[in-house]
Amino acid sequence: MARVVVDVMLKPEILDPQGQAIAQALPRLGFDDIRDVRAGKRFVLDVADDLSDDDVRKIADTLLANPVIEDFDIRREQS
Amino acid sequence: MKVGVVTFPGSLDDRDAQRAVTAAGGEPVALWHGDADLAAVDAVVLPGGFSYGDYLRAGAIARFAPVMERVIEVARAGLPVLGICNGFQILCEAHLLPGALIRNAGRRFVCRDQRLRVENADSAWTSDYRDGQEIVIPIKNGEGGYVGDHDTLDRLEGEGRVVVRYVEGNPNGSMRDIAGICNETGTVVGLMPHPEHAIDSLTGPSSDGLGFFTSVLRRLVAA
Repeated sequence: MARVVVDVMLKPEILDPQGQAIAQALPRLGFDDIRDVRAGKRFVLDVADDLSDDDVRKIADTLLANPVIEDFDIRREQS
Repeated sequence: MKVGVVTFPGSLDDRDAQRAVTAAGGEPVALWHGDADLAAVDAVVLPGGFSYGDYLRAGAIARFAPVMERVIEVARAGLPVLGICNGFQILCEAHLLPGALIRNAGRRFVCRDQRLRVENADSAWTSDYRDGQEIVIPIKNGEGGYVGDHDTLDRLEGEGRVVVRYVEGNPNGSMRDIAGICNETGTVVGLMPHPEHAIDSLTGPSSDGLGFFTSVLRRLVAA
């Protein structure tokens, strides 16, 4: 088996209320100099060794991320 | 005239949508997410709720339900489809409508009676309204912020495809106060507010929502 990791982030121009909520909680922990937080998602897929890069891209592009609002980044990890 | 209402795991407003179809004089037909058969309905409603728990993104998993493969096919062929709230999110995920819905800008789930202006009274689902008519129907969502890139928004505006717009306060940060849009032919309409919850004044803030359902039935009879 191979491991594929897909990170999905909202595009920079898309408002991220979740990140804002996290950023606004940080001063309560005593961190006053955090300017911005963006929240994203990480998907870890255990896949067959011969799954092609094209197929991984298709999975990310059609289901894991919505390309209208999100960017994604794919990397293969040694298992 | 038969109007199918799809039930996904996590749908909430399927019964109210069926009731609205009946109140408008149509025959509601319950459709199941796992069926690839649309039972020869004349139109389809994708109701509100939290299909598949809103996991991943609202509507993202429902979009690949067996019933949706058929809905996408017939919608592209011209069958009227109305997506309400979660249904709107599903239509965007299925790329039957452009853009996407994101978390509300105010970071709160918003549940209130909302005033809207009908901007397009020619769509399959809004022909019983007048252009510019204001209506009050409930809105209730946490992820109702409509977003699209500037070109998409300009195209929607230019082609008259903004169907309803928020007035007297934008509840969720939707770009250009957009509450609902339609496809190029006006047959597929999606909106975040809930017309099916406003079909009689006994149970809703008004009966202003009934027009969505009478509009499509009138169109089907005329066809």
